[in-house]
Amino acid sequence: MIPAAFEYHTPSTIGEATALLAKLGDDAKVLSGGQSLIPLMKLRLASPAHLVDINGIPGLSGIREADGFLRIGALTRESELEESEVVRSRYPLLHDTSKVIADPLVRNLATVGGNLAHGDPANDHPATMLALGAEIVAVGPKGERRVPIASFFTGPFATSLRPDEILVEIRIPSPPARSGGAYLKLERKVGDFATAAVAAQVTIGANGACEHVGIGLTNVGLTPIKATKAEAALKGKAPDEAAIKRAAELAAEASEPSADLRGSVEYKKDLVRVLTARALRKAVERAGSRR
Amino acid sequence: MLVKLSVNGEKHEANVEPRLLLVHMIREVLRLTGTHIGCDTTHCGACTILVDGQPVKSCTMFAVQAQGKQLMTVEGLEQNGKLHPLQEGFMAEHGLQCGYCTPGMLMTSYAFLKKHPKPSEDDIRWAISGNLCRCTGYVNIVKAVQHAAAAISQGGA
Repeated sequence: MIPAAFEYHTPSTIGEATALLAKLGDDAKVLSGGQSLIPLMKLRLASPAHLVDINGIPGLSGIREADGFLRIGALTRESELEESEVVRSRYPLLHDTSKVIADPLVRNLATVGGNLAHGDPANDHPATMLALGAEIVAVGPKGERRVPIASFFTGPFATSLRPDEILVEIRIPSPPARSGGAYLKLERKVGDFATAAVAAQVTIGANGACEHVGIGLTNVGLTPIKATKAEAALKGKAPDEAAIKRAAELAAEASEPSADLRGSVEYKKDLVRVLTARALRKAVERAGSRR
Repeated sequence: MLVKLSVNGEKHEANVEPRLLLVHMIREVLRLTGTHIGCDTTHCGACTILVDGQPVKSCTMFAVQAQGKQLMTVEGLEQNGKLHPLQEGFMAEHGLQCGYCTPGMLMTSYAFLKKHPKPSEDDIRWAISGNLCRCTGYVNIVKAVQHAAAAISQGGA
C-alpha cells in the first residue's frame, strides 16, 4: 500500500518545527515514531500534504526523575520505557503498560509522546497517564504550556494540542511511599488493541486508607476514560474487598464501549468490572510491598 | 530526495520520493529481495530489518527516515560464505515451512540474541511475538533460536 505523496521536513530545533507547523496548519502532521501515522497513511485514512519529522531535534528523548516528577521526553521509544530501571522499580503501572503496547518490534520505534498525541482511545498510555495524574508539556510558537492529562483528550483522535504545538514531554508526579499501580489488558493476540484494559494507581495512607486513587480505562469509549466516580468511591476508604468491588462496578458504569469483533457491549462492560478489581488488588499489593 | 544509507556494511544512495517505504527501497531500488512484504499493515514482521541495530518493521518506516542509518537485512547474516548460526539452526531444527516469515524471524532473533545470549523459551517467545508464522511453526522456530544460542555460546559466531 502506497501513501499519498507528501513533502518531508526535517527541522533540527523545536522553534523551526513549530514555525513550520504554524505556517502549514492543518496540512501538516508531526512524524514521531510513525507506528500509528504511517499505517493510517498507507490506508489513506490520513493524507497529510506535509510531514514534519521531529526525530532530528535533540533533547526530546530520555527518562529521568527531577523536581518531583518522572520526566519522559516525547520521543522516548516504548522499548526504552520497558527497559528503564527507574520505571521498573518505581512506576510499576507504567512498566506494565510498556510491556503490552503493540509488539516488541513496533515498540522499538513507537514513542510515548506519539501514543498520547494520537488521541486514540484504544492506545494504552492515555489510561495509564490518567491514572497517574500526568501532565503534558506542549511547545508552540508562543512558548510552553502544561496541560493536565484529564483535559488533554477532547474527542476520538482529538487532543487539546493546537495545530502549531508539539508535545515535548510527559511529567508524572513521583509517587509517595506506599504507592503502587497495575495495568491489566485483555487482547486477542499480541499487537491487537485492547478488548478492554484498566490502569489503576493507589497510595495507601498511614491509617490504611487510600489517599490517592487513579483509574483509567482503555478502548471502552470514544475517548480514554478517567473513572472519577470509581476513584472517589475508594478514596478515603480501606481497600478491602467490598470497597474494591464497589469501585469496579462504578468503573464498569463509566465505560461506554461499542460492540465489535472483540465483544459485545455487555461483555466489555463486565470485563472492565473484572479488570478494575484485579488491577486495584494488584496495585494495593504492590503499594504494600513499597513502604 | 537523496537518501544515503548503509546496508550490510555497503554504502548506497538513491533519489527517492518521500513516500517510498523503506521496504520498497530495499527490495525494488537496492534489489535486496530477501526482506519480505507480508501483511503490509505492521502486523506480521516479515519485513523486519535492523536499523542501527534495532529490529523494526520496514513497511512502517519511510526510506527518507533511514537517512544516514546503518541497516542490516537477512542478506547480511552470511559472512564469508558461512551461514550464521541462526540460519544453521533454522535448517537443523526445521524452523521454516513455507519460509515466508523466515527473514523477519531471523532478523528479530539476531538482534534478540545479541542482547540476551542465554534466553529461556519464554524469552524467545516474547521476542518473536511481533513476528507471525502462518504455518504456525513456532515450536521449531523456538528450537532453532535455542540451537543458535547454544552454538553462539560455544563460540560459533
